[in-house]
This record gives sequence, structure tokens and C-alpha cells, in this order.
Amino acid sequence: MRGAPYAPAQPAEARRSGVAMVFQHFSLFDALNVAENVALGMETPPPMQELSARIKAVSEEYGLPLDPSRMVGDLSAGERQRVEIIRCLLQDPKLLIMDEPTSVLTPQEVEILFQTLRQLAREGTAILYISHKLEEIRALCDEATILRRGKVVATCTPREVSAREMAELMVGATLTPPARADKPKGEVALEVAGLSVASPIPFGTSLKDIRFSVAKGEVLGIAGVAGNGQDELLLALSGELRSAPAAVRINGQEAGHLGPNTRRAAGLVAAPEERLGHAAAPDMTLTENALLSGVVRKGLTRQGFIDWGATRRFAAEIIRTFDVRTPGTEVAARALSGGNLQKFVVGRELSQTPSVIVINQPTWGVDAAAAAAIRQAILDRAAEGAAVVVISQDLDELLEISDNFAALNEGRLTAPRPVQGLSIEEIGLMMGGAHGMEVAHHGH
Amino acid sequence: MFGGIDPALLIAALIVASVPIILAAIGELVVERAGVLNLGVEGMMIMGAVCGFITAVSTGSAFLGFVGGALGGAVLSLVFGVLTQFLLANQVATGLALTLFGLGLSSLIGQSYVGIKPPLTDAVPLGPFADIPFFGRVLFSHDWVVYLSVASVAAVWWVLRATRMGLILRAVGESHDAAHALGYKVRRIRMLAILFGGAMAGLGGAYISLVRVPQWTDGITAGAGWIALAIVVFASWRPWRALVGAYLFGGITVLQLNLQAAGSRIPVEYLSSAPYLITILVLVIMSSGRGKAALNAPASLGQNFHASR
Repeated sequence: MRGAPYAPAQPAEARRSGVAMVFQHFSLFDALNVAENVALGMETPPPMQELSARIKAVSEEYGLPLDPSRMVGDLSAGERQRVEIIRCLLQDPKLLIMDEPTSVLTPQEVEILFQTLRQLAREGTAILYISHKLEEIRALCDEATILRRGKVVATCTPREVSAREMAELMVGATLTPPARADKPKGEVALEVAGLSVASPIPFGTSLKDIRFSVAKGEVLGIAGVAGNGQDELLLALSGELRSAPAAVRINGQEAGHLGPNTRRAAGLVAAPEERLGHAAAPDMTLTENALLSGVVRKGLTRQGFIDWGATRRFAAEIIRTFDVRTPGTEVAARALSGGNLQKFVVGRELSQTPSVIVINQPTWGVDAAAAAAIRQAILDRAAEGAAVVVISQDLDELLEISDNFAALNEGRLTAPRPVQGLSIEEIGLMMGGAHGMEVAHHGH
Repeated sequence: MFGGIDPALLIAALIVASVPIILAAIGELVVERAGVLNLGVEGMMIMGAVCGFITAVSTGSAFLGFVGGALGGAVLSLVFGVLTQFLLANQVATGLALTLFGLGLSSLIGQSYVGIKPPLTDAVPLGPFADIPFFGRVLFSHDWVVYLSVASVAAVWWVLRATRMGLILRAVGESHDAAHALGYKVRRIRMLAILFGGAMAGLGGAYISLVRVPQWTDGITAGAGWIALAIVVFASWRPWRALVGAYLFGGITVLQLNLQAAGSRIPVEYLSSAPYLITILVLVIMSSGRGKAALNAPASLGQNFHASR
């Protein structure tokens, strides 16, 4: 650093030498207020009242309005990121490190963030920006280094190469976009009408009058900034959260009051976002995890007893079909890498010949090649006549695989619209714009 | 005067009766705010009771007795801390085992001390204040541990609310992963909180064997540790509410004893179970209703922390 060797032993040391970091998974405390959260990230914070005044001043200077006395648990994801950024700015950093900062932002919020970053760069702050979103790198960065499996594979000037070239450097292979069979859509398989449920999650978002329908062979993409009701919608569709009987219909049959297993029997399978602890039991083997959701549709019991042979064959089939890298079926789910486990839990649901598929964040934290395989598998099921609901924060993914597009915003769903002819600005507005906050002003 | 019970004496007695529970509860409150669930309060209290008693008897000083009691509780909590923070043992199971261990060990080392009288703990001489009618007897004629218990509630409240130390402690209890990412020593902070909780529980136990009873018998704490645990939860982890809960429990304990002595017609069994029932009931009502109160629980409570994740 500044010509000297630099290897900080702990975060405090790095902060002292002028390095500040915004984490991908925010290092924030829900039950504390903004000022307290900022104070925790500083070496020698001033008294609370002075700190609050400085937070207000700095946040306005950079066009990131923030109230220091609000609880962090009540803030939107974009506002939470502001807390992290302001925490960094208050320490007057020389180097600002950002890890995937835009994964939880709307396009408009991304634009505000970029303006702030450009202003910082002009004022002499070095910015290390880590992202897999190549268009952002091209829009923002002066120089890019590409890592693959922990090794530097290339450096380039991002404005001079295409996103596709960079993607191929990242993956180390040529990419083939998923092929989509154009087919007329069938009758409605999943119908949701007037679905309103309170969130069971602390600081969660309640669903308000959700309505949409998905036909056989159709893929509905649901976008939205994290924490706008995605988790709750998945729970309400999978049956973990019950509602009025008529609010959810599977193939015309009332299902709002049914639990997950009866809904599976009716043809609906669901893959939640949280892989460990929700989609899979961490300490159970892949065979046991295959049984947990596959028992109903694959008939893995005989006279009330588990048919381990059939279960093992089912798990092995998932591993083979979805290229899950694992030593075998008797490995604990916890031992798999995030991407491999994701392939397993998504594959487990897709292998049950379902008529309705609901997936939240199908490719979260999965490498580009595996992500393409998962997307292709989803499209294949749709081509076979399944109705698919994909909830995701990755807009590119949704635009690539969906027929229709809707967005969740504070627990409300916009009316679905065909993807073709949809502009990125319209999508941003559907996602709630910049949450009604004033856009950055740079008049100085 | 009503029913042969003197209100001044009653209030003075309830303040004294609540001291062990206040001390244990405020210690456990700090431990839980740091995200650790130590169910071994009862075991640490009784270790404090026996260690305090033995120290007081062998040195002849009640003050040294309390120091010994705090040390006894802290040493036992150290066992819990090493098991849960370094060996990552399950906190619930370890806490329960700690209580069983404390009960057995105290009975073993206290065997030859049954039936002895400990040195007295005198009231703090507050001169003219003690002579004020009614209030003198209610507020100004107690021993120093009574004042210490109230001061510790005030101190913990102030530290948690207004100091950086308190903020870091709350942060560790709220999300140990985020605190670790910011460079705080989660394990060290939790160990210190556990030791503080152990020392406070030991102090509370010593107060039982040196002042409340005052002698040594097996199982002398009689569930006070469990009540302290319940009070922390139902007080929504707030110090002053814990004080109110402890006074409520102490008050009803003293009242029912007085009623028994005054020859009440209510059967003894109902009277002796009343403190437990009424305290829990009142605290349940206090903590229900408002949704935020339930959310006040430290989010990482009872979860083990390992830096690898």
C-alpha cells in the first residue's frame, strides 16, 4: 500500500490505514439504529449527537439521504447499503472496497450509487469494485482484473472489450444462451387471486392482494429488490404459509389452505432461496434430502416404510442429470459447495415431473456455466408443459427466460406484462423506482 | 396496619427478599444481551452460596464471604464459557448440566458446614436518614448488598444504553457474524459477559446463605435461579423491568409468608406457589401485546459462533 508491503492482520488495522469495505451481505445490526451501526464500524466514534449530525451532513453531501435515528431493520435494502457506504465515508477512506454492491438495488438506485462512486473517484478515492455484472464493470471501471477459481486470468480495459468477451474469460469457455422453444401456451395451471398474508418473518414484508396466473408452458418472472415480499410469496405458494382456500388454485383446484405435501401431490413443487436450512437439511445426506421433498410425487415409501433403494436411485439420478459434483449420495448436504447444492435442490424439484414450479433465486451464487444449465433445465420443463414462476433479483436472468414479467414492491405485485418490448426504465419503475427518495444532486 | 401486617416491615422485607434474584437476573441479562443463553444460573447461585458461606465462616468476614461467593459463581461460569465458546458445546444442554453439577458439588463441599452461623452483615449506618418515619425503615436501614443490587441495575442500564462498551455488547448479541466482520472479538466479549453473569449469580447466592437464611443447607437457593432466568425473558431484556419483576416476586413471597403467619384461611400450598404463578403471569402480560417486545430478544441468542463461517 502506497508502495509499502501491506497485509493487515485484522479489520481494525486495515481501517486505520484508510481501507474501508462495503460487504455483499451487509454487516449491519437490525435492532440497532443507523447512528449506532455507523459507530460500530468506526475506530474512535464521536459522541452520538455529534455523529448523528455528521451522518446527516455527509449523507446529504453525497446525495444519499438517511435519518440517523431509524432502526436498520425497517430500512429497504438500498437504504441499508447507504448506511454501509456512509460508515465508510465518515472514515475518509483512501481505498473503498465494494463486494457485489448492486445485487439488491433497483436500476435507478444503481445509477445513484454510480454517481456517488464517480464523485468519490474524482475526489481522489481509489475504488476496488468486485462484481459479476459485466455491464456495470463496463459502465464504471477504468481497469478490470478477471479472476477464475482464485487465479488471475486476465486484465483488460473494460470500456474497450465487450461484455461477452469478459464473460468468456470468466468462465473459460464459450457461452451458449439457453434455447427456447416457441410454443402456444396451454390452459391456466396456477392462479393466484387476492392473496394477502401477514409475514411470519421478523422485519418481513406482508403480501397485499397478490394476483396473477400462469399457463402451462409459461414462465413468469417476478423481480423486485430483496426484502419486498419474495420470501413470503414463496412460502405462500409452497404451502408453508396458509391463506384463504380460493387465493391459490393449482390446476383449478382450491389450494390456499393446503400444506406443502398436499400441494406437492396436486403438482406444485417449490425451491426456496435459502439452500442450507430451508431447501436442504444441512446435516442430512443427499439421499435423505432427496426423500424429504420427493417422497410424495416419486412414491418413495412402501406400506408406510421408506424405500431406501428407490430413494438412493432418485438422488443418484438428480446428481447425474444436473452434474452435481459430489463423491456420492451419502454425503451431508452441508459438505457441498453452494453452487453444487443449488444444482441438487433445484434438480430435485425439477425431477418430480411437476405441473407447477416455483423457484426463488434459482442461480444465486452459482457460477456462470452452472447457472446456464439451471436456466436451460427450467426452460425444458416449461417446454414440457409446466407452469413456472421464477422469483429473482437478477434482471438479466429474468429477461432471458421469462415470457411474462412482474415486480414485487413492498408486498404488492404489479400486473404481469410480456417481456418482449419491455425497457429497463419501465422495469425500474415497476420495481418501485428509487423508493420515492430524492435522486442524488451534484450541484457543488 | 391490616390483618396484623406492618406495611413498612413488609416493604423492607420484600426489598431484602428480592436481592438474590435481582443480582442473578441482571447478570444473566448481560449474558443474554451478548447472545449467550446460560441456563446454569441456579447452579452458579448455589456455588456462590456455598463458597460465600465457607469463606465468610473461615475468615470471619461477611464482606470476604461475598467476594468468595462471586468468585465461586464466576469459576463455574468459566466452565460453561470454555465448553460453549471454545468447544462449541450446545448452550442449552451445557447450561442444564451446569445446574445439576453446581447442585451436587455444593452439597459435597458444604457437608461439614451444616448448622453453623455465619458472621453478620450489618446495615449501612445512614445516621439521620434511618430515623425518618416509615421511609427510614423501608429505604435506609439495609445492608450494603441491597444498595449494590439497585446500583448494579442502574449501572447495567446506563452501560448498555449510553456507552460504546454496551453498544459493542449489544452488537455481538444481535449478529455475531456482522460483529466479527467489523473486527470485534466475539469470543472474548462473550467470555467476559459470561464471567460477569457468573459473578453476579454467585453474589446473589451468597446473599441467600449469608443474609436471607442465614445458614447452609443443601439446595438452599430453592429455584431462585430459574425465577431469575424467567424474569430476564419476560422483562424483554430490559434492566429496570427486571428490577420490577424481581420486586414483584420478592413482594409476593414475603406477603404470602406473612399471610401464613397471620393465620390466613387460604391453604398453604396455594400461598407458597403464588409468587411463582403471579410473577410469571404479570410478566407475560407485560411482554405480550406489543409486537416489538418479542423482537427485543437478541437475534443471536443461544447460537454458537465460529469464525470460519
